[in-house]
Amino acid sequence: MKKVLLTFTFAALANGLAAGDWPGFRGPLGNGVSDEVELPIALDAKKHIAWRIDLPGRGLSSPLVVGNRVFVTASGGTRQDRLQILCLNAVDGSVIWQRQFWAMGSTVCHDKTSIAAPTPVTDGKLLFALFSSNDLFCLDLDGNLQWLRGLTVDYPNARNSLGMASSLVLTGGVLVTQVENDSESFTAGLRKENGANLWKLSRPKSSNWTTATVQKTKSGAESVLLQSGKGIHAVNPKTGEVAWHYADGASTIPSSVLAGGVLYVPSHGVTALELADDGKSFKQKWRSSRLRPDTASLLVHRDRVYSLNSAGVLGCGDAASGQRLWQLRLDGPFGGSPVVADNHLYAFNEEGMAQVVDLSAPEGRIAGQMELGEMILCSPAVSNGAIYVRSNERIWKIARKTQL
Amino acid sequence: MMVLGLASLGQAANDEFDESVAVLRAVGGEGQGNEAAGRALKHLAKGGVDTLPALLAAMDGANPFAANYLRGAVEVIAGDALAKGGELPLVELGEFLLNRSHDTKPRALAFELIRRVDVKAAEQLIPGLLGDPSVDLRREAVARLFGQAEGLVKAGNKPAAVLLYRQALDAARDLDQIQAVAGALRELDRKVNLTRHFGFLVDWQMAGPFHNKDRAGFAAVFGPEKNAALSVTYDGVKGKVKWQPYSTDDEYGMVDFNKPYGDLKEVTGYAQTEFVSLTDRPAELRLGCKNAWKIWLNGELVFERDEYHRGMRIDQYQLPVQLEKGSNTILVKACQNEQVEDWTVQWQFQLRVCDATGTAIHSAAKKNPEVAVK
Repeated sequence: MKKVLLTFTFAALANGLAAGDWPGFRGPLGNGVSDEVELPIALDAKKHIAWRIDLPGRGLSSPLVVGNRVFVTASGGTRQDRLQILCLNAVDGSVIWQRQFWAMGSTVCHDKTSIAAPTPVTDGKLLFALFSSNDLFCLDLDGNLQWLRGLTVDYPNARNSLGMASSLVLTGGVLVTQVENDSESFTAGLRKENGANLWKLSRPKSSNWTTATVQKTKSGAESVLLQSGKGIHAVNPKTGEVAWHYADGASTIPSSVLAGGVLYVPSHGVTALELADDGKSFKQKWRSSRLRPDTASLLVHRDRVYSLNSAGVLGCGDAASGQRLWQLRLDGPFGGSPVVADNHLYAFNEEGMAQVVDLSAPEGRIAGQMELGEMILCSPAVSNGAIYVRSNERIWKIARKTQL
Repeated sequence: MMVLGLASLGQAANDEFDESVAVLRAVGGEGQGNEAAGRALKHLAKGGVDTLPALLAAMDGANPFAANYLRGAVEVIAGDALAKGGELPLVELGEFLLNRSHDTKPRALAFELIRRVDVKAAEQLIPGLLGDPSVDLRREAVARLFGQAEGLVKAGNKPAAVLLYRQALDAARDLDQIQAVAGALRELDRKVNLTRHFGFLVDWQMAGPFHNKDRAGFAAVFGPEKNAALSVTYDGVKGKVKWQPYSTDDEYGMVDFNKPYGDLKEVTGYAQTEFVSLTDRPAELRLGCKNAWKIWLNGELVFERDEYHRGMRIDQYQLPVQLEKGSNTILVKACQNEQVEDWTVQWQFQLRVCDATGTAIHSAAKKNPEVAVK
């Protein structure tokens, strides 16, 4: 299998992860872009479904992949209070291990979502799994529990009756855990070794389902870019100190994406913020009200910015100016964020239809479709020539036959 | 000498087991004790399957962190044993399950382990689980009865089916099962009083509206929080406010402020009721509410939450309290905000008093209208 090694791969390798691993929400850099090539395009269920495995509970968290292991969370039981973490063999989908814990926080949520909504994260040695109940478990990759936290036990009003969904972000040994809601709203930096609070930052008292973005500056410094209805706060992951604040508001559902030192924010459509190399400031570059993401997060690939709106319209804009270049109607609606690999965009709608868009076509072109037949709300994982996607009942591996 | 040596080795192992369990049980909030717990768990997870009953017993009275750590050890030991084709100590696990002096969670876990290795043995245990203090375990028995009753309906034996459904309803504590059984009984033209089954409080005194401009009413201390005597008059948004009786005939006990006051926005309302307990006893106040709310029992704040219109469920909030023998005053504050969307009209709550299993506790002073809702 060939791989185009992009620069970001080196960052992943530095963390002890291999090229091709998918270690967290929207991949190695949290931007939904994969360096995989030769993924299936003209999708065909008979040819491209390598395996399909039943899951023991519901979920919309994304699968993770480390080497030949696939990790996925689920919530089972009548009250969704059985928190499941599974490790599957990427080759055949067989269960390598499965762990179950009791929910310690609230398992009340909207019927459409589930308690296994946040995507876990791994550094290639440890797996960190957060649930909507604000219960957090750290296991090694062989399934041995290392530590746990019950954040709603610690902070009883930290909950959301619609459900929580912000995914974990791991940077510089700090596990950034967003527990942002209408009441006891905070984001915490936890030591990855033992889960202890390194810092705890009060956040806007408003429900928020977005996931943070990490900026790594040329000097090696890191900033965690927290998105909320109040805009973007750039936070030092070591201290929790706020370096700067973009205060013009932002969406609380789709997340921002960082590419080439520019943060593309779902704010008044899309607002592009040029970030200073030292991580201490920003400058607004452009704003476009003609690109309007809805639930799905933004994507940036090869100087183009992509947004999916509630009607299923894929908008493509010039990443340098924000000018909209074309639109393509897909079969929506979309609850999960799409991913890009080899200049093709992979999107799964809520009815379970996979759609592949050839981004090299002048105005985009639907190059493949495949029905999975179940509601899909997750963002897929892309790893080692395959796409992994899950529903409330199952997880699929989609790949070319030669790569099964 | 050799025997003594083995005995002392065994004692040392037991001591180490006990010390490790003690470390796990000492884990506290905000990750306190996590590092030591990780080491202790590593030791416990190396134990054989014969340690499973002791690990389950160690969950008795444990806090939720410790219970999950101990579960982590159980999961590893049982998972590894079964992956290697080994067995689990079925008899000991069954005896643990049947001993109701143990906590409900480890007993339910024992049942899961038994079912994992011997489905038939698990099924044989199910009839005895009707009325179990574990909601998960009694659910199994309710499901079995429900299936049997359905079979009787299909066979044309409706009287026998009704009696089985009645037993199932009496034992059912999960909403989905309660609704399924109630629906089946109503299909057979039998009356079901779900209000009483759940124990929703339906008779209240209401006072309002007070302001909630800019959502400030949640923190504001209005008259009912200072003196909730029914004879007192307060200054409200529209002038003088008095306590007025309010009764709900909603099957699920919905107390709706919009009914007496109209569909108002940016307002606060209070409702209070008397609950007579025959004894001093632990109980739970179980609340469903999509407005910001506070709740007091006998003048003591139980809990408060300032979330608006994010959803409402029966038993959304489960609040442990201690009831006093005799009259107990329950005071609820509910705030409506400024949102204007269709899904923000509701200004309401539902409240019941029950035990930890969800079994209704009825007020001894209840007028008991016994309204059978079809």
